[in-house]
Amino acid sequence: MEWSWQRIPSEFLVTGVKLCRRGKLGKRKGFLHVRKGRIEGLGVGIPKVEGVPALDGEGLICAPGFVDLHAHFREPGHEEKETIASGCKAAAKGGYTSVVTMPNTDPAIDNSGMIRYLIDRGREAGLCRIHPTGSVSPGLKGQGMTEFGDMVNAGAVGFTDDGMPVENGGLMSNALKYADVLGVPIITHAEDKSIVGKGCMHGGYWSARLGLVGMARAGEDVAVFRDVELARSSGAHLHVAHVSTKGAVEIIRRAKAEGLRITAEATPHHISLDHSRCRDYSPLFKMNPPLREADDVNAVAEGLADGTIDCLATDHAPHTDTEKEYQFDQAPFGVTGLETALGVGITYLVNTGIMDMGKLIQCMSETPARIFNLPAGRLEEGAEADFVLFDPERQWVVAKDDFQSLSHNSSFLGETLTGRVTATFLGGRLTWRDQD
Amino acid sequence: MILKNKDVLGLEEISAEEILGVLEMASRFRAVFDRPVRSVPIMRGRTVVNFFHEPSTRTRISFELAEKRLSADIINFSSATSSFTKGETLRDTAENLAAMKIDMLIIRHNSAGAAQYLAKVLECSVINAGDGAHEHPTQGLLDIMTMRQRLGDLRGKKVTIIGDISHSRVARSNIWGLHKLGAEVTLCGPPTMVPGGLARLGVNIEYDLKKAVADADVLNVLRIQLERHSSASFPSNREYHRMYGITEDVVRTLKPEAFVMHPGPMNRDVEISSTVADGPRQVILDQVANGVAVRMALIYLLSGGDPGALSPAQE
Repeated sequence: MEWSWQRIPSEFLVTGVKLCRRGKLGKRKGFLHVRKGRIEGLGVGIPKVEGVPALDGEGLICAPGFVDLHAHFREPGHEEKETIASGCKAAAKGGYTSVVTMPNTDPAIDNSGMIRYLIDRGREAGLCRIHPTGSVSPGLKGQGMTEFGDMVNAGAVGFTDDGMPVENGGLMSNALKYADVLGVPIITHAEDKSIVGKGCMHGGYWSARLGLVGMARAGEDVAVFRDVELARSSGAHLHVAHVSTKGAVEIIRRAKAEGLRITAEATPHHISLDHSRCRDYSPLFKMNPPLREADDVNAVAEGLADGTIDCLATDHAPHTDTEKEYQFDQAPFGVTGLETALGVGITYLVNTGIMDMGKLIQCMSETPARIFNLPAGRLEEGAEADFVLFDPERQWVVAKDDFQSLSHNSSFLGETLTGRVTATFLGGRLTWRDQD
Repeated sequence: MILKNKDVLGLEEISAEEILGVLEMASRFRAVFDRPVRSVPIMRGRTVVNFFHEPSTRTRISFELAEKRLSADIINFSSATSSFTKGETLRDTAENLAAMKIDMLIIRHNSAGAAQYLAKVLECSVINAGDGAHEHPTQGLLDIMTMRQRLGDLRGKKVTIIGDISHSRVARSNIWGLHKLGAEVTLCGPPTMVPGGLARLGVNIEYDLKKAVADADVLNVLRIQLERHSSASFPSNREYHRMYGITEDVVRTLKPEAFVMHPGPMNRDVEISSTVADGPRQVILDQVANGVAVRMALIYLLSGGDPGALSPAQE
């Protein structure tokens, strides 16, 4: 039977692809057999299945659908920047099938009703699996704890006040202990506001030269250190969001060596760009934590390569063009990432020899799913058929009119990236196909 | 053409040759000040907008005076008299200005990079009258003009800038301009106010005032921005004055021909003692007069004025 993109049957084959799973990229061509939304079989060579339509994936890599542990979908409150539906479209285009959303919406995700609302909105969109996190404190105000248990029962996969640090160490300590019993991590946005102050970019040569208020590395290092020590005393699982300094990488490396339950993520922009990008005052390079120095970029990339940092997470933070046209010090923090993450990873990590393809893909799928205990990231028999097909050699220019996200605030606009998603499948259904 | 770009955004982007060309023109205008009629009708019919998005008295008056002496039509608008609120984009401002068909924009803004942004989106010339803590090129030029009037060629001359370097656009413009003319720059102030990151620009950083001024030819004393230091970057005005204030005692240790500058407005008896501010070693009012001349020269040259106009300066 002929393959048709228009009418994808419930049983089909993908052939001629290289399978990428468990940290390894297959050398020989293989196939994936999908049946009723699940993976029926997979392997090298040609399948011994007859009468099933086959998608010819010659030249493509077939990997588990990507899993993002850190995205801001802005709904409710700022639907002009992103909705659950538009965020899911962006995720599908980027090859993602599972996304962990951050709770700093307006109002914040701080009760079980809100958790259910997000999951329902995700199901309606039907393009990826939404796993919400709840806030640590009601309204992200940093005082008191939300109803973790109720929210976990509703589907919350972790707790964080991301966007803001939990400044009160006692609250953080309690949150770690309390969440641990429920089997979910606390995600720390590690920033000491008393050190960072009104900073709007990394504190160093470029901030001094440009006359912008800098954010010292120490502001991140100190906060990571505090939370690591709190996790040590409770034995709980701490997940460090968006690691950006060499100091933080070193603290996490030591903590892991000591056997603490610390996991960490790094963003595509922190493994690729440094603070000199701010030289033209473009708010497309303004995010928190900020772009750091070249040795930080190297340390974070190496941390990802050696497993100190577990995964690549986008910190997808959409903002309108208007907001990103404010002056640098006035513009909001954050850049989008879901649609460029694979290209940035291949361009800056694989093609530079820092990581091989198998490891990169693992950092974007299997590992994040494992550390957050999500039913995702597995390309194996019996698993949900969440997978992505991508062309590892395809070069493309990041362009404003080529985003599914409602926002276009990417640091990589105009840049040529290598590696682009061809198609994404969620439970055997096509959620994205590249028509370019 | 003396100035290569349509805008003057900072001394970082300007060459030594351009700086000297502007200063030559400025000294010709300076000579006009001593005539009974001080205006020259060379900008008649051209519109200059002074857009001050941050309180300023001196710089705005200096620009206005420069524009009036060139007979330009002037429009002033400032955050105090217009409906600017936090968050309104400069793009909207720019589009309004472009629609009004103005010839030149003078912009003062509290955000670093604001002048660059407007220059990029507007066809008219833009002069940066100070953007955040980034640059204040006309102040840099008038400082350099004042130094050259006393010292001549600045190659090998030692300039020490004292005070709140972190928040100072004057310091950054001085550094770029002075380096281009071959002067040596030392920054001095409490460590909380002198960003170490600037060492990479090739300046000396010295926290001890005595050492910083010992063989200086010029002291450029910056205003302490009292309103910006709520988070204790120095203990008190009294302590600042004792540690970094330019007093008679400090002046006595200077080389005999060395002099003191201040961009104003002064906090008397904080960064500079009244006796020095009113004394024989300061050139503060020369700076003010040069400021008008420098601004006239920039506006004139950016408008395509003939650099050979007016009789050569009598100096």
